[in-house]
Amino acid sequence: MIEQWFPNGWSHYLLGGVLIGSGVGVAFLVAGLITGMSTVFSSTWSWASRLPLFQEDRMRASRAWRVALALGLVLGGALYTVTVGGGALGTTAIPWWQLALGGVIGGFGARLAEGCTSGHGICGLASLQLPSLLAVLTFLTTAMVTAHLVRSMGGA
Amino acid sequence: MEARKLGVALVTGILFGFGLAISTMVRPEVVLGFLRWDDFGLLLVLGGAAGVTALVYQLAPRLLHRPILGDTFGQHPSALNRQTIGGAAIFGVGWGLCGVCPGPAIAGLGTGNGALLVAVAGLFAGAYLQGWMASRRT
Repeated sequence: MIEQWFPNGWSHYLLGGVLIGSGVGVAFLVAGLITGMSTVFSSTWSWASRLPLFQEDRMRASRAWRVALALGLVLGGALYTVTVGGGALGTTAIPWWQLALGGVIGGFGARLAEGCTSGHGICGLASLQLPSLLAVLTFLTTAMVTAHLVRSMGGA
Repeated sequence: MEARKLGVALVTGILFGFGLAISTMVRPEVVLGFLRWDDFGLLLVLGGAAGVTALVYQLAPRLLHRPILGDTFGQHPSALNRQTIGGAAIFGVGWGLCGVCPGPAIAGLGTGNGALLVAVAGLFAGAYLQGWMASRRT
């Protein structure tokens, strides 16, 4: 049954999850920070746009460390690639228009919902918040329906 | 304090990005494989991450008066309203279309996957659109 649910193995998934949780845990334990990943896509606009949402205190006060967080994500991905990954670069066969359109829709939705897979999925669930659980169940459902529809229409 | 926050956020990002890469969540095809029920590994990633984070979130404020190098433990209450649920539904459509969400989009750049720049640009555009629409409502 394990092979049926996890045909590519399971240990690297669990290890990755524990590493991610350790990172999120360190930010809270050391500095009290709640580190969801979607807010950086709004808070960074505060340097360039006068729209009131981007100029809110919570955006301006967190924008610097959120950029550092994003920079760390890139470094972490790079560190994996040059060590365990053996130098093999990441690629994808998903068409560019799917990445672009999915990005726009996903970015809009995540910011409207005030959280994504990490904000609601990791931080929200870990702080035992019912709205986050409902958000997670909602986006898992619509994402599964969308992914199945795309495949049934012959897409990537 | 500000410099400490930057340092801590950088370390968190490195752990987070390494975890996303080793768990192959930076590969859109793997995420789409989960959404199409070919491989349920994403649940182990999410469960492992949320489990470890829950331990820290629940224990740290009980054992410490404040963070080791900070003033207060932050809170980010989520609201049960139309924006949260409607936004989540919309987010899922985008996620299911491309297999990329905010964390892996950024971390995937570090693995040298340049195509993800398109997704990152899309995420910035979508977030801007949300800020613009919010300003028109009020």
